[in-house]
Amino acid sequence: MAAEAVRTWRRPPILIKDWRWRWGIYAFAVIYLVLAVSSVEVNWARVYEGLERGWRFLQGFLVPDFTSRWRDIGSGLVESLTMTVTSTIVGVLLAIPVGIGAARNLAPLPVYLVCRSIVATSRSLQEIIVAILFVAMFGFGPFAGFLTLTFATIGFMAKLLAEDIEDIDEAQAEAVRATGASWWQVVNYAVQPQVMPRLIGLALYRLDINFRESSVIGIVGAGGIGATLNTSIDRYEYDSAGAILLIIIAIVMLAEYSSGFVRKWVQ
Amino acid sequence: MPVEQGTVPVWRKRTTAAQWTLWGGWFALAILFVYSWQVMTKDTIWAFVMDAPEQAADLGSRMFPPRWSYMERLWWPLWDTLNIATLGTMLGILIAVPVAFAAARNTTPSLYFVRPAALFIIVASRSINSLIWALLLVAIIGPGILAGIVAIGLRSIGFVAKLLYEAIEEIDEGQVEAVAATGASRAQVIDYAIVPQVLPAFFGISVFRWDINIRESTILGLVGAGGIGLQLQASLNTLAWPQVTLIFVVILGTVVVSEWVSAKVREAIT
Repeated sequence: MAAEAVRTWRRPPILIKDWRWRWGIYAFAVIYLVLAVSSVEVNWARVYEGLERGWRFLQGFLVPDFTSRWRDIGSGLVESLTMTVTSTIVGVLLAIPVGIGAARNLAPLPVYLVCRSIVATSRSLQEIIVAILFVAMFGFGPFAGFLTLTFATIGFMAKLLAEDIEDIDEAQAEAVRATGASWWQVVNYAVQPQVMPRLIGLALYRLDINFRESSVIGIVGAGGIGATLNTSIDRYEYDSAGAILLIIIAIVMLAEYSSGFVRKWVQ
Repeated sequence: MPVEQGTVPVWRKRTTAAQWTLWGGWFALAILFVYSWQVMTKDTIWAFVMDAPEQAADLGSRMFPPRWSYMERLWWPLWDTLNIATLGTMLGILIAVPVAFAAARNTTPSLYFVRPAALFIIVASRSINSLIWALLLVAIIGPGILAGIVAIGLRSIGFVAKLLYEAIEEIDEGQVEAVAATGASRAQVIDYAIVPQVLPAFFGISVFRWDINIRESTILGLVGAGGIGLQLQASLNTLAWPQVTLIFVVILGTVVVSEWVSAKVREAIT
C-alpha cells in the first residue's frame, strides 16, 4: 500500500513513444547542432559595424522616401505588374491543356506521361535558375521575366488542376457520357463546371505568387521592381528601399484580400 | 433553361444576361492582357528574342558536358547550404511560436493590440522573399553565412506562424476547458491542453518549411549570403558554363533529396 501511495502521475512522451528512438534523435540533433554552429564563421566586428546601418535601414523603413526615386520605382512597378498579369494569363491558358493531359481519368497513358514530365520539370527548377537561363537566351528585361513566370505557372497550375480533375465526381461524367457525348463535350459539360471555381481560385493565388516572384527575378536581370530594389540597396539609399518594400507588402496584402473576396463570390 | 425558338424549345446553359456578363468579363480580361503586353514589351529588343534558338543552342553546347571535377570544391558550400537552411528554420521557428500564440484568437493576450501587430509581422515576413531579405542583410551585417541564416529565419516566421496559428484556432476547446477546470494556470493550460493538440501539426509545418528553405538557401549566395549560390555566382560571372551545369545538377539533387526526406518525415508524424 505504501508503495502505491507515493506513485505520482508522469506525463507520457507526446510524439515518439520508443525511448531509444527518442534519445537517438536527441543525440543526433545535438551533435549536428554543435557541428553546424561551429562551422559558421561570423565576423563580429563587421556585424557590430553593420548595426548602425541596420538602424538607418529601420529609419528608412519607418520614414520611407517615395518621391525622390519615384520615376525608377514607378517604371519598375509597372514592369512587375504587367509581367505578373501577362505571365499568369498565358501560364494558366497553357496549363489547362497540360493539366487535362496529366489527369489519368481523361488522358491516355502516353499523353499522361508526357504531361506529367512537363509538370515535373517545371516544378523542380526554381524561378531564379530559370530566369538566369532565360536572361542568357532572350536578353535582359521583362520579356525574360515573363517567360520565367509563365514557365513556373504552367507546372504549378497544371499539377493542381490535374489533381482536381482526378478528384471530380465521376457520376456526372458518366451521366454526360451516357447521353452519347464526345470527349470534348464530356470535358466541357461534366468536368469544366466542377473544376472551374477552384481553377479561378488557384489562378488568383498564382497571380499573387507571380507578383512576389517578379520582385525577385529582377536581381538576375529579368526586369521588374527587384532590379530597382537591388540598385537602391547597392547605393545605400535605404529610404527608397524601405518605400519599395512597403509598396510590395501593400500590394501583396491587397492581392490576398481581394482574391479572398473573389473566391467567395465565385463559389 | 428552355428557350422558345419558333415552336421548338431549345436547351441553353445560361440566360442571355449571364451570357453577356460572362462575355464582358472575358473581353475585359483580354483587353487587360493586350494592354499589359504592349506596356511590357515596349522596350523589348525583338532581334534578341528572335535569335533565342541560336543562343539556346550555343548555351547548350557550352554547358555540356558538366565539369565533374569541380565537385570537390562544392562539398563545403553544400554543407554551408544545409546549415543555412536548418539553422535558419530553427531561428524562424523560435520567433514564430510566440508570434503564432499572439495571433491566434483563443490564446492572444489582447485581441485589439497584440493580435494586429502579430498579424502584421506575419504578412510582412511572408510578402518579402528570402532573397530580398538576404540582399538587405548582406548590406547590413556583411556577406557570409550569418546573413543567409537570418534571411531564411525572417522569411520562415510568417509561414510557420500563419500555419501554426490556424492550427491553434482549430483545436478542440473541450480539452482546454477540462484542464482549466482542474484549476490549472494559463501557462499550464497551454502546456497540457493546447501544445499536445498542435504538436503534430507543428512538426509537420517545420519539416515542410525546412524543405522549402533548402530550396531557397541554394540560391541565396547569388547576393552574397553564403552557400552553394556563391559558387554559382562566381561561375556565372566568369562564364564557366560547365561548372554552372554541375551546380544546377547538385541543386536539383539536393532539392529532390530534401523533398523526399520531408515527405517521409511528415508521413511518419501524421
